[in-house]
Amino acid sequence: MTINRREFIKANAVAAAAAVAGVSVPAVASNLITSSDITKLKWDKAACRFCGTGCSVNVGVMDGKVVATHGDIKSPVNKGLSCVKGYFLSKIMYGKDRLTTPLLRMTNGKYDKEGEFTPISWDQAFNVMAEKANDALKKDGPEALGMFGSGQWTVQEGYAASKLMKAGFRTNNIDPNARHCMASAVGGFMRTFGIDEPMGCYDDLEAADAFVLWGSNMAEMHPILWTRLTDRRLSAPHVKVAVLSTFEHRSFDLADNGMIFTPQTDLAILNYIANYIIQTDRVNKDFVNKHTNFRIGQTDIGYGLRPEHPLEQKAKNNDKTAGSSKPIDFNEYAKFVSTYTAEYVSKLSGVPEHKLEALAEMYADPKVKVTSFWTMGFNQHTRGVWANNLVYNIHLLTGKISTPGNSPFSLTGQPSACGTAREVGTFSHRLPADMVVKNPKHRAIAEKIWDLPEGTIPPKPGYHAVLQNRMLKDGKLNFYWVQCNNNMQAAANINEEAFPGYRNPKNFIVVSDPYPTVTAQAADLILPTAMWVEKEGVYGNAERRTQSWYQMVKAPEGAKSDMWQLVEFSKRFKVEDVWPEELIAKKPDVRGKTLFDVLYKDSSVGKFPLSEIPEDRLNDESRDFGFYIQKGLFEEYASFGRGHAHDLAPYDRYHQERGLRWPVVDGKETKWRFKEGSDPYAKPGSGWDFYGKKDGRAIIFALPYEPAAESPDDEYDLWLSTGRVLEHWHSGSMTQRVPELYKAMPDALVYMHPDDAKKRNMRRGDLVKLISRRGEVQTRVETRGRNKPPIGLVYMPWFDASRLVNKVTLDATDPLSKETDYKKCAIKIVKV
Amino acid sequence: MKKLNLAVIASLLVVAVSPIMYSLNANAADKETINSVATLRDATPIDVQKEPNAIPKVVNKDIKQGRNYPMQPPVIPHTTRSYEVNKNNNKCMSCHSRHRTEKTQAPMVSVTHYMNRDGNFLAEVSPRRYFCNQCHVTQLDAKPLVENTFTDMHSLMKEKSKANKH
Repeated sequence: MTINRREFIKANAVAAAAAVAGVSVPAVASNLITSSDITKLKWDKAACRFCGTGCSVNVGVMDGKVVATHGDIKSPVNKGLSCVKGYFLSKIMYGKDRLTTPLLRMTNGKYDKEGEFTPISWDQAFNVMAEKANDALKKDGPEALGMFGSGQWTVQEGYAASKLMKAGFRTNNIDPNARHCMASAVGGFMRTFGIDEPMGCYDDLEAADAFVLWGSNMAEMHPILWTRLTDRRLSAPHVKVAVLSTFEHRSFDLADNGMIFTPQTDLAILNYIANYIIQTDRVNKDFVNKHTNFRIGQTDIGYGLRPEHPLEQKAKNNDKTAGSSKPIDFNEYAKFVSTYTAEYVSKLSGVPEHKLEALAEMYADPKVKVTSFWTMGFNQHTRGVWANNLVYNIHLLTGKISTPGNSPFSLTGQPSACGTAREVGTFSHRLPADMVVKNPKHRAIAEKIWDLPEGTIPPKPGYHAVLQNRMLKDGKLNFYWVQCNNNMQAAANINEEAFPGYRNPKNFIVVSDPYPTVTAQAADLILPTAMWVEKEGVYGNAERRTQSWYQMVKAPEGAKSDMWQLVEFSKRFKVEDVWPEELIAKKPDVRGKTLFDVLYKDSSVGKFPLSEIPEDRLNDESRDFGFYIQKGLFEEYASFGRGHAHDLAPYDRYHQERGLRWPVVDGKETKWRFKEGSDPYAKPGSGWDFYGKKDGRAIIFALPYEPAAESPDDEYDLWLSTGRVLEHWHSGSMTQRVPELYKAMPDALVYMHPDDAKKRNMRRGDLVKLISRRGEVQTRVETRGRNKPPIGLVYMPWFDASRLVNKVTLDATDPLSKETDYKKCAIKIVKV
Repeated sequence: MKKLNLAVIASLLVVAVSPIMYSLNANAADKETINSVATLRDATPIDVQKEPNAIPKVVNKDIKQGRNYPMQPPVIPHTTRSYEVNKNNNKCMSCHSRHRTEKTQAPMVSVTHYMNRDGNFLAEVSPRRYFCNQCHVTQLDAKPLVENTFTDMHSLMKEKSKANKH
């Protein structure tokens, strides 16, 4: 092999030389340019545009164009590294098909739902939007308006959107695509700890003795954290790595204990570990007695499908009691998990007993510091909140929490799912700083900060992501604005819900995006959007690190940022247009003002003058609105959390730092929360203080294994799991436009076990159809790629706009978190 | 040897022909953007499935591809099928490590790969750089769906340098 290869290389070296010789090299190109005024690049820091890791990158600008990017050596997150996507950030803004003008579906110069996309001006675009929004408001009230946002919005964009919808239009029908990604993690945190987001931080990676990956393919989805984990595993030989998944993937390359389990049985494995810890008498009794309570949760809670679905008809407790629980004691809990024996769980999950025991022993051994990581395998799960609760149980029983290396760590998917979606609270039930619309005290706090009359914010939670698509289809949600996501590609079951919903003649759909995505294709109006370093913003990553960047280049002429679009649109509405008279009467000075005045310019958002922006900085939005709007939005938002364990530093400081992990108290960031000595909010003398709960105690939950919503049967005989890939970010709308990334991974294939292919008379490369009860998608068979599914399961990624796997998936959700399970549905595969 | 000569000719042809193909693509993209806005779907309606192309082959010519900027990780110009890179073995390093390159004539991994998190040099490649495929990817013989208008800093510098001379 080596010899042949060398010969081949030698021969090709000649070819390469000939190829170069064939292309005439202009004389000037052969001279090295050395003059510093010509070679100088302007470098600046930014958060990476892609995943939740939150790497800092250096962006090189020349003549108004981004010409280079590389990992920021000063960033504690990535210390100079980027993954392949991060290295190609420089090219994501330069796809030839960038949108530069609003496009409206028109026939003969007039809006027509069935018309062709026609360029119009921004003024015309806002006119038609205002008309459609007003029509919907007049006809059916604020509940007919909705917005679908993003964990890729900047903090300021999310905050501006939330304020516009919840206070301006008085509807809670705003939800982020983070619902598809993090909602179960949020539910888990709130239920166990009473406060959202991880207690640990990435420093755990250099301190742990053992890592367990639960439904997380870090090697592809959090590549830079994976480099840190690899560094630790290979440089400290005592460190062990366990990887659990429903199919073998790249993270197994480093696994000391790799385990493939039958989908959904992770719940049973988690309970088995708790049982093992109890049976081997390794419960940290001192910790458990001082810092935990035990509760048993409601069961048989349904699958978040439409109420008429047979599974919902059958479920006993898919009602308001689904999230309820009752106190129990340790003995009752021990009895509850005692049925999860190695024998039973091994049979259920297909994982050999000795592998289960080795995994459990790692957690049980008091000398081993364990960090557990999980992502979509736990979160996109019809029992996602339970899975989160159950992994916390293990860390709480052993007291392995909130100290370096001992860390149950929920990894976030998107660059600002934590910062924007969760911390700002752009969910249909949330307000900033973990507050909720249902709670009258929380609404009062928000109304006070926003200087708005009591009763402005509606108390009823709005439509969440999956419900939005159902309500569009049912014609209840009629004015709908989608920003910074590609939900026609990302949502499950688009055939039956999203697509008929967007195309329902009763609805007007606006999609803001830099590129013509699948979602844009389904829209009625497309707004061309500025992206990433074409605007100033803040992202918050998975370890509570808040990072900012300045605008570095101008957006293409005609493209405007999401925030500009929202705020500019608010000028089109007088308070009288959207608020009832009795509300205005409580604060008569708002009469005659626009939503722009009330929500932004005349509120604390508008109080920072343009003079605070460094003169050499671009800032197109602020210079347009006449005040430093990014700072105003950030500072007003930050006032929700300061003094309430969500403290952020003053805005200007973030421009100096490579991010800071909140709570930032007395200028210092917090690495491990809930631990006395490292978290300023933990009470002196407490040791650990889970202050999200009134009594400072976290909850250990008794929750059972329950089956998946849909499992393979005789006809639909395969499990389908969907997911992401290293080379593309989510739906590929940015990375598929980078030639190197496109050519690295051009198409979404279906990864199959060779025996499964053989059984169906299929070979690698064959054209096949994946068929579910909901729809079908065509692709090609891959039997030897990077993913190796077991017999009975196939994997297909969803980045490919031309092969929409979400025509096939099931929109079953966790009834508690409302997050979709993208990892389990039943399909069959046939040759085309 | 005959086969290889053909490969030489083929690669020369690719170099010569590709600029023309690009410009044709660009025109098509312009038209589609206005009317159908479905660039990555080749203007296919959402409820229609276009027949998927065959799986493209990995480009295996061993001809180095230029970098867009100095710090870009070079793409891999050969197939890596059945290359083992796991905790026991790293096949890539059997050609690209410092003590193998003399024999193999493969490019040595960048010196940055010997640095640990704190920027100190190690005697061997740093374990944080262990999995080559996190940054280095092969290229499939697939035609990009959309042209990218990224500008190489070199062409900007050349323009300025020219302007200075005039």
